[in-house]
Amino acid sequence: MTNTLHRFGESASFYDDYVVFAIPSRGKNDKGCLPKLQEFLRMALPYKPVNLGDASHGGALRPSQKMHPTSHWNRNMTPDFEAVIGGVDTPTTVAAVFDSRVNAEDFLTAVRKADLGLCINISTSIDGAEQCCFAAGIPRHSVGYSLGFEGKTEKLPNTQVLSLSTMCGHGMISHSLAKKMIDWVKEGRRTPDQAVTYMARFCSCGVYNPARAKRILEDARGSMK
Amino acid sequence: MQINPNKCVACGNCTYVCPMGAIYIDPAIKRATINRDECVECYSCFNGLSQEHLNPVIVRTMRKVFQMMRLRFDPEPDVCPTAAFEPDKLEWPRMVRRAFSDPRVPHESTGVQGRGTEEVKTNDVSGRIKVGEVGFTVEFGRPGLGARFHEIERMSVALARLGVSFEKKNPVTSLMSDTATGRIREDILNEKVLSAILEIKTTVDRTEEIIRAIWEVEKQIDTVVTIGVGTRCDEQGDENVVAPVLERLGYKLQRAKTNTGLGKISNEAAPAQQEPVPAGASR
Repeated sequence: MTNTLHRFGESASFYDDYVVFAIPSRGKNDKGCLPKLQEFLRMALPYKPVNLGDASHGGALRPSQKMHPTSHWNRNMTPDFEAVIGGVDTPTTVAAVFDSRVNAEDFLTAVRKADLGLCINISTSIDGAEQCCFAAGIPRHSVGYSLGFEGKTEKLPNTQVLSLSTMCGHGMISHSLAKKMIDWVKEGRRTPDQAVTYMARFCSCGVYNPARAKRILEDARGSMK
Repeated sequence: MQINPNKCVACGNCTYVCPMGAIYIDPAIKRATINRDECVECYSCFNGLSQEHLNPVIVRTMRKVFQMMRLRFDPEPDVCPTAAFEPDKLEWPRMVRRAFSDPRVPHESTGVQGRGTEEVKTNDVSGRIKVGEVGFTVEFGRPGLGARFHEIERMSVALARLGVSFEKKNPVTSLMSDTATGRIREDILNEKVLSAILEIKTTVDRTEEIIRAIWEVEKQIDTVVTIGVGTRCDEQGDENVVAPVLERLGYKLQRAKTNTGLGKISNEAAPAQQEPVPAGASR
């Protein structure tokens, strides 16, 4: 999977986007990993994550299979972190998303001290990851660079849409929905917070960054001025 | 995926959430309809839309009344009001679409959810990419365009001509009829997927050669390509070997995923890994 790697944006635009994830390797360290995965997620809570997720069940904002008609006027927009932690029932990738480098650094430091034995990765700007590792006292082991989008890029939408839709690297958030949410925020039909939760519910692994998405929506609205 | 016409009220919410833009309101039947050739079976509509279970007749009547009065509808955009989406049983080769497009479905060949493998994310315990080596992920169709296997095959054939080795655990590799030529089995060539990834490993000194070959094929296919380049850092955690090559080729490196090296082999008697032979070693 490369579901957090190819987010659209320049390095500086990832100042509020730090995805720290744990993955057990099949046949290497996956045996008995479930409590460790849950511990990883629980350890993130004091550092104020903006999302938690597991690749099998989704993030802290999820769709409802039995919506009540009256819930249109009172939808729950609060991320349910406990549901994510309690729902880990299979060896999978789990992620904690932060909008602050300091929080990501502190979390990474705590993870290093906990010595879970899981493979721990951080996905953000190259400089940001280096700074987090330095602060946690960790020399980087390996690095996977994103070279960005190539080929028929003329078929892609504008940068604001791409910035929103590519935060779900699995492609579950369509360009059309991202465009629609930008338009709705501009029209005043929904707040950025509401628009963000609509999109986040489609992310199937919980790496969507609601804080960054909100900032992008507010920027998009501001660009009309 | 199917939309039950008896339930659909043509609210149009699903037309926006489909990553492939494959859903539209058919004016003849006034129901949401899926273009099956464009649908990649990602299940984003089924899994991502919240579902109400309203009476379709009542909803349609209300919509007609509002429409006649030219009143604006303002429903929640991520809801199917009548739970009209119904997964259908996928047969071969269509089931390939879902395997590559729905991230919650693990590939049987890898046991990993999604389209690729563990790549460098578990390199600290797998040792897959060693010092002096570089791993490429060449992804097709993302973001939001999709790709057909005949386009992917163009790239795999071109890379095979360079003598690279394809990652054995990668799902696309498992669908090749001949990994030496990069040919993909014929019966899936026209299948469309949300994205698929070719994975290869080679020596660092071939980085530029591989990228230039990828550039050539990119001109010939009708979708987007996203390249990921993974490599080992040195003991101090620095990486000053591959990045300069990429920058010399014109890339402005913005983002990366970084393996922190905190993983430990903890399984008892973990089987020795069978590494594909790096292309440089066989040349």
